[in-house]
Amino acid sequence: MARMKFLCDAERCIECNGCVTACKSEHEVPWGVNRRRVVTINDGVPGEKSISVACMHCSDAPCMAVCPVDCFYRTDDGVVLHDKDLCIGCGYCFYACPFGAPQFPQAGAFGLRGKMDKCTFCNGGPEKDRSAEEFQKYGRNRLAEGKLPACAEMCSTKALLGGDGDVIADIYRERVFKRGKGSEVWGWGTAYGPGKPAAAPSPAPKS
Amino acid sequence: MRRLVVCAAGLALAVGLVACGESEQVVVYKQGKYSGKPDGKPWDNEPLAGAKWTKGDKVSWEAEIKQRNQSQNEYKRIDQ
Repeated sequence: MARMKFLCDAERCIECNGCVTACKSEHEVPWGVNRRRVVTINDGVPGEKSISVACMHCSDAPCMAVCPVDCFYRTDDGVVLHDKDLCIGCGYCFYACPFGAPQFPQAGAFGLRGKMDKCTFCNGGPEKDRSAEEFQKYGRNRLAEGKLPACAEMCSTKALLGGDGDVIADIYRERVFKRGKGSEVWGWGTAYGPGKPAAAPSPAPKS
Repeated sequence: MRRLVVCAAGLALAVGLVACGESEQVVVYKQGKYSGKPDGKPWDNEPLAGAKWTKGDKVSWEAEIKQRNQSQNEYKRIDQ
């Protein structure tokens, strides 16, 4: 069973914001709402690192846990989605999310906070798949078209990987082995424990 | 005349109270359970032109997604 995940390779991200633009364009996300953004650590300092951040579709999602109206659900593929018809825009999910993924449109009068909007892993929401209603509320449903998230597919350096967790983990692992570095920067130590998997990189097989 | 007044008063009362009703927004509410609308499965859609999965077949849809995932692996793309 597929378990959809994002993985951002900090060694490759060049802070071009192509993923942000792709997301905004694909889903016609309104002004002021950013489903995805690029965060740079030590900006301007030699050796700065950037990563692209959006909803990580947590396996044990805190937004789901704190929602007072239980508007969140998880699909069979591990994508965390929500029903905007139920959302009351309280903002609890924003406080609970460690990634700042939930966004609230504030286009109304008197600082009105609208219903929550977040990355859907390009999987739409609880409306008829690929319908106009789904697009209007949640954006395009690319998974229902047999495609993967626009941000990952548009990434020019392929820093942002998105798709089945097993597959993108294999892609990242192969990349770390071949380039001989990067495991110490992000992800590897958390996922596979301490060590230097790239200490003795094997030569790339020729095909 | 009196009947007309009673009818008019009854009509005014009915019109006045019409906004006081409350329609059910959640069919079944269970604490801690998702209570929104059901969502469709991605594989239950007609594949677009060029796609190779079969409508309703989860396994073929997953195979399509995994195949497409490899386009994010430039080591594979370069070798092809």
